[in-house]
Amino acid sequence: MRDVAIIGVGMTKWGELWEKSLRTIFTETALLALEDAGVDKFDSLFVGCMSSGLFVGQEHLASLLADDLGRIPVPAARVESACASGGLALRQGFIEVASGASDVVLVGGVEKMTDVTGCEATYALGTAADQEYEGYHGLTFPGLYAMMAVAHMHHYGTTREQLAMVAVKNHDNGSKNPLAQFPFKVTVDGVLNSVLVADPLRILDCSPITDGAAAVVLCPAEMARKMKKPAIRITGSGQATDTIALSSRRDLAWLESTHLAAGKALAMAKRKIEDIHLFEVHDCFTIAEIMVTEALGLVKKGQGGKAVEDGLTARGGRFPVNPSGGLKAKGHPVGATGVAQAVEVVKQLRGEAGDRQIKGAKRGLTQNMGGTGGSSVVHVFEAD
Amino acid sequence: MPTPSRYWREIPQRYRLEAGKCKGCGFVAFPPRVVCPKCGAREFEPTKLAEAGKLVTYTVIRVPPGPFEDQAPYAVGIADLDDGVRLTAQVVDCDFDRLAVGMRVRLEFRKLSEEGHAGVIYYGYKFVPE
Repeated sequence: MRDVAIIGVGMTKWGELWEKSLRTIFTETALLALEDAGVDKFDSLFVGCMSSGLFVGQEHLASLLADDLGRIPVPAARVESACASGGLALRQGFIEVASGASDVVLVGGVEKMTDVTGCEATYALGTAADQEYEGYHGLTFPGLYAMMAVAHMHHYGTTREQLAMVAVKNHDNGSKNPLAQFPFKVTVDGVLNSVLVADPLRILDCSPITDGAAAVVLCPAEMARKMKKPAIRITGSGQATDTIALSSRRDLAWLESTHLAAGKALAMAKRKIEDIHLFEVHDCFTIAEIMVTEALGLVKKGQGGKAVEDGLTARGGRFPVNPSGGLKAKGHPVGATGVAQAVEVVKQLRGEAGDRQIKGAKRGLTQNMGGTGGSSVVHVFEAD
Repeated sequence: MPTPSRYWREIPQRYRLEAGKCKGCGFVAFPPRVVCPKCGAREFEPTKLAEAGKLVTYTVIRVPPGPFEDQAPYAVGIADLDDGVRLTAQVVDCDFDRLAVGMRVRLEFRKLSEEGHAGVIYYGYKFVPE
């Protein structure tokens, strides 16, 4: 396998982009990444997108986007693993470059979610659960994570306030990210008094419905060192699956696929979790970030709530988690999220993260998951 | 909109709680599977789920998906049935503030939802307090 590096990143302002179509959002972002890399041509394209079929009625997406970008006949493939589609697209790009099949690969992620009503979007997202045995009973994603939260609170005494503190922290970080959908701060009281979505989760515990895209350009590390921007190597990549029905798991308060994917990625990178300076993780709901910090091994099982309360995962803490604002404040265009996590880590490791810069960060990790953790993808990144 | 074949295919589970018991290790698969996730065996015998159990977690859905728009708010829970199978279903005939981990529930046959204006009415199981 060849060493692989990221040489260009692109992201545009996320939000409710009613004036822009899926293809335009993607193409504008992809052009930013190519420009940042200083390359015009690439050998293949991978696009993470969860559900263009349900959100905009469009399948056959990869060819459409290669065409819109003016790059046909380049090989292009769409990658889908629910909300982990972006992270998985990055992994496919990484494998393609590492294997020698391609030299320069463009990896994008995109989701256009506001062309449908809220109920329709809730339905589309719900298809990442077991349709026949969860969706059939009226379960939603907030509902599934709410049941994980109830289990976590029951087993470990995690408090409602600790959940709120995840939102407060991530909005504080997001307030320093000009591309975030909601770049403003929230308070614990504000979260606790926001409207209930699925008890005990409230609207400010949930990541929003977002239109957005993100893109990165990959190439062999050797080639990357001749490019204009500092090369950021992908030194580890790990992926794992778990049951997609939550009820098929014995432990409802544990993310085994994240635990396994992180173990594989760190082993490939020959690093321990303590060696990592910052983390971009999948906080689709506040409880998710608490459970991810446990599954990654930043804290012991059951201690994720206390970790956020003690400031361990704050920007100035021992393990800064989601300096970008996370899915919570930055937004969660589902297929784009995994790629945007890589964009943030690259900016941080290059020292280009502005007011939210983690000083001296040389190694970062991303964790992206689908459904309630039915799939997880973890990557480790290192500056030279 | 799915054709009736999908609904028809799922009737043994929705109406009659039919599961598959692994002849290798006794694991009860619901819905039935081709391969046992515990021991890899491929032979199962039909069995019926236990009709009662206790909640291991629950929530109240306030923002529903399209097909359940007219039912919200409604409670959903996961229960450990008395045969060890873990099952997801709505919890009905129960005030929301009575919901608790450990609460005993039993399965009842109920209407779940309906499809469009003249479509199929979906039936299946729901939990009620025991």
